[in-house]
Parts: sequence; structure tokens; C-alpha cells
Amino acid sequence: MISNAFILALRELYRNKMRSFLTMLGIIIGVGAVISLVTLGGGATRQVTDQISSLGSNLMMVMPGRRMGPGQGGGGAPFKLADAEAIEREIPSIRAVAPTSASAITAIYGNENWSTTVTGTTERYFDVSNLKIEDGRSFTEPEIRSGAAVCIIGATVWENLFGHQNPIGSKIRLNKLSCEIIGLLESKGQSSMGSDQDDTVIIPLRTYQRRISGTMDVNVIRLSVKDGISTDKMKTEIGYLMRERRHLSDVEEDDFSVMDMKEISTMLTGTTKVLTGLLGAVAAVSLLVGGIGIMNIMMVSVTERTREIGTRLAIGALEREVLLQFLVEAIVLSSVGGLIGIALAVMTALAASNLLQVPFILNVPIILESFLFSGVIGIVFGFFPARKAAMLNPIEALRHE
Amino acid sequence: MSAVGFDLGNDSPLIELCNITKVYGTGTAKMTALGGVDLALYPGEFVAIMGASGSGKSTCMNILGCLDTPTSGAYKFCGIEVSKLTRNQRAQLRRHYLGFIFQGFNLLNRTSALENVELPLVYRGEHRRRRRKLAKSALAQVGLAGWEHHTPGELSGGQQQRVAIARAIVTEPLVLLADEPTGNLDSARSVEIMELLQSFNREHGITVVMVTHEADMAAYAGRTIHFKDGLIEQDHNHKEQV
Repeated sequence: MISNAFILALRELYRNKMRSFLTMLGIIIGVGAVISLVTLGGGATRQVTDQISSLGSNLMMVMPGRRMGPGQGGGGAPFKLADAEAIEREIPSIRAVAPTSASAITAIYGNENWSTTVTGTTERYFDVSNLKIEDGRSFTEPEIRSGAAVCIIGATVWENLFGHQNPIGSKIRLNKLSCEIIGLLESKGQSSMGSDQDDTVIIPLRTYQRRISGTMDVNVIRLSVKDGISTDKMKTEIGYLMRERRHLSDVEEDDFSVMDMKEISTMLTGTTKVLTGLLGAVAAVSLLVGGIGIMNIMMVSVTERTREIGTRLAIGALEREVLLQFLVEAIVLSSVGGLIGIALAVMTALAASNLLQVPFILNVPIILESFLFSGVIGIVFGFFPARKAAMLNPIEALRHE
Repeated sequence: MSAVGFDLGNDSPLIELCNITKVYGTGTAKMTALGGVDLALYPGEFVAIMGASGSGKSTCMNILGCLDTPTSGAYKFCGIEVSKLTRNQRAQLRRHYLGFIFQGFNLLNRTSALENVELPLVYRGEHRRRRRKLAKSALAQVGLAGWEHHTPGELSGGQQQRVAIARAIVTEPLVLLADEPTGNLDSARSVEIMELLQSFNREHGITVVMVTHEADMAAYAGRTIHFKDGLIEQDHNHKEQV
């Protein structure tokens, strides 16, 4: 009976190819939009998390001020080098601590100049941030201690100042500081925050404090935790230590924040996820509109086929058989539309993710959900017209012109 | 429904109408279509129903075809009281024991003759292969062997009506109800259709009830019933005279 109804429905829809296609279009676009947007959104989220994990999985950051959304929050005095040293000294589960201070700067070499970021830090920075030196060497202990005029540059700075010449041993100028290049970083590519991780110049912290900023401040303390240590426990320990060092009384809130990768990643992917959700919801509304389109056409179809319905009823079709016939037609319309939409969406998402350089991740649950949802739309919006058909009076239906 | 026994002799009526009335509308708009009709039809009869438009013949036909229920009175089909049946039960009755032929043929457009004839078998839940076989033989019986895959649009009016007859007899009904079957056809085609109906009546013993305007067509019937103002004016049995 059901399979029969499907055959009848398919035959009927095939007879009105153009109209069936136009009716399906609403569902095709709806399902297509939902799936392609969610797939692209998923890809973008994955990209962000990938980049964050490339920063080093056990990375934590301590920043002055309470956190208020992405980046730094306001308030709270900056750290000093001693704070970083205290963390390293007093918390045993920590593998490495790198105090960092950074600012925008113009690097000059010969006739070339390039706007970049200069970071003052220690040799532990490379370990903490998962950076490798491709060419040359890292800072030595005496260089760090004395604040020598040496620097390590990223690939972007190198390309822009030197073309592809070997930079090791050359001197570049940062403001009034002339410093010798002792190393070149291995390229890491685009970062999650949209900034280029290779667009950087790294110098010893002391050099930065004396020659660039003129203060003894440390902006961010980056640290990496030993494997297998819970970051939550770490956060509490660092929190206690910093509260003590900053002389906060019991009633005062933290004027600094400790973030682990999970938080940083949640913070950054949060926006992408919300956006994906919103776009998906808008697309779902279009799916609903597609359903109304199906109902509209089914109503027209019932009116148009009144005589046929009358004939079927006279021949002995039961109410529920007529109901089923029209319901199945609506379901076939919407689910075939759903299938076409899925196919289109996968192709669109594939092409778009190539174009936007976002990873393509097929979200199977959302595809199944969309398909089921399109079927449900067929049932919901097909029911009313189908009922109308089933309730027709056969005598009047037979007389209908 | 199918459990009803049908071992009826020629003397007990197949269809029995007892003081049937049908009233449309209420109050001042009230219109009496049938004003108390008594009628008995026997197995194997070929009955023509005649009358001016508005005489109640179509209403009577609809009630006979279990498409409509009377306002009052009793309608027994093979002993079953039809006026007490639900809509679905009447549909079951139609699908198993009645065949319909309409003035406008009422075939499904863009559907082959074979599929049109198969339609009532689909509702009876016949298996596909058996459906094919029965539909083919029904088409052959109406002289349309070889036309199975033509759609109504590709057939002449007479051929379309023959497809409709095949559709009506494919279920081997007890009664064939024809509502002005020749109304849309020229006289040569009309004669063909009437001869076909007559042959089903004579060779297969199917009871035929036909509404018609034309006396020539009514002449094929063994019994003619005239309606006037919602009542039977004349009930004429040709066979009895012979």
C-alpha cells in the first residue's frame, strides 16, 4: 500500500516536472543553505582550534586586569620580571615560563622598512610558544641577562626586509636600537587571531625594557605546564601566588587573569559558533518558507485534480488512501528536494572551503537532520491539503469542472 | 463486508429501495429531490432510468451507487442496510461490488489505458502481476487489445469510454452503474458502447443500471424506469411483454 502510494506519487510528480521542480526549489535552497553554512562554519571553527593547538597544547597565559572578552581586559597593574621568576620558582608543575612584552614597531634594513611587532622575552619563549629556530641560534644566557642588542626574526620580516638573502649577522634598526640578527624562525603561518605569526621580531626582555619601552613592565606571562597536569589546578595555584604577590585582600577580586588553551580556544571559537548558529537559523527559516510553498502547490493540485479524486473515491478509494496519496506526494516533493539540496550544499561547501581556505569537514549529523527535517516539513505542510482531498464529497468532486 | 453471502436466486432482489426520500437544504431553500421511491432491482437486469433533468434520476443513481445516503427510507444492497454504513464502509462496498461509468469518462490524464484499468485493482490490493493480467484481459474484452499503453489523450471518445468500461468491469462487479455513458459520443460510438454493455449484461450476468436521455439507448435495456418530480412515474419491463 505504502510502496504503491510512493510509485503513484513519483509518477504524478514526474508528470508535472516543471512544477514539481519549482515547488522543490524552496526546500532545495533551504536545505542547501543550512548544510553549506553549517559545514563552512564547522570548518572555520576547526581552523581556529587547529591554529590554537599549534600554539602549544599546554600553553597558559597570565595577564594583568580582569578579562573582558577577547584579548586583554582593563585595570590591574602590569607584571614585573620578578612575578615570572616567582611562578617558575614556586610552582613545580610548570615546565617553562616566558615573560613577554610586545609593541608595534618599524624595522629598518637599508632602504627597506617593515611595520611589525617586537617582543621582548627570554629564551624560554620558543619552548613555550612552540617556535623553532630554522637558521642561526637562540639567545644565550649572558645575552638575556645583559640585554644584548641581538634579535631573532620571523619569515615575513625576513622576506620583506631581505628578499631571500641570508639575514644572519646583518643588523636591523628598531627605533633607535640597532641589533644583530642571530636567528631565523621556522615559518608557522597565519594565526587564529588573523595575525601572521611569522611577522615578528624577538629580542631579549631586558633589551626591550631598556631600549624600546623604557619601563620594567611585563605585559603577559606565558607558561607551559608539564604533561598530565590539570590546567584547572594550575590556574588556582598561579591565582593564589599572584594574589599574594599583588597584595590583594580577601574581599578584592583578581586584578589579573589566567587563561588556559581551552578557554582561549572557547573564547575564539565562541564567536564563530554563534555566527554559524545564527546563519543556520536564518537558513532554517527559508526551509520553513519552502514548506509553505509545498503546501500552496499541494492545495492547487488538490483543486485541480478534484475530478480525479472524485473518480478515485467512486471507484472505492478509502479516505485514508486518498489522504496517503497526497501526503506521500508532499513528502516525496520535500525529501527529494532535501536530497538535491544536500548534494548541492556539499558541492557548494567544498568549493567555498577551497576558496576561503577553510578545512572541509562533512557534518553528517546536520545532513541527516536536514533530510529528516525536510521530510517532516512534507508531512506537516502536506497534511492539510491531503486532508482536504480526502474529505471531498465524491458526488461534487465528480461534477467538478 | 466480503463475508456476505450472495447466493441469491433471481427472485430475491439485489437492490431494494423502500420509501427513499432525499431532501436538500433547509427552511425555505428546502428542495425535495426524491419524494418516497420504492424500487427493486433483480440480478441480471438491464435497467434504464429516464427522466427530465431535476426529476430525481441522478439523485437516485447516486444513492444506488452508495455515493450518497437517503434522508429517509431503507436501501438494501444484497440485504445490507446501506444508509446505516459509514463513508468508509460504503467505499468498501463500491470497491468490491460496484462498477462506475461516467458521461465524461473520468479517466486519469497522462496515464496509460492499462494503468487506468488497473486503478480499482490497486485499491483492492491485488498483486502487481495479477493486476496487469486482469487489466489486459479487461481491455481485450472491450476490444482494445494493443492499445494498453496509449493515454486518454491519444484515444478517441469511444475508445476512452471503452477504457472506462474495462475499468468498471475489471473487478467483476455485481452491478454496473452508468451515468449517461453515451452522452458525449456520436450515435455510431453510442451503439458500440450500448452493445458492449448489453454483452456484459447477457454473457456475464452483470446487472446494469443506466441513466440516459435518449430513448434509443434505453431500448437496449430490458426495463425502463421513468422519473418525474422525484417519483417513479412509470416502470416498464420489456421482457415481461415479450
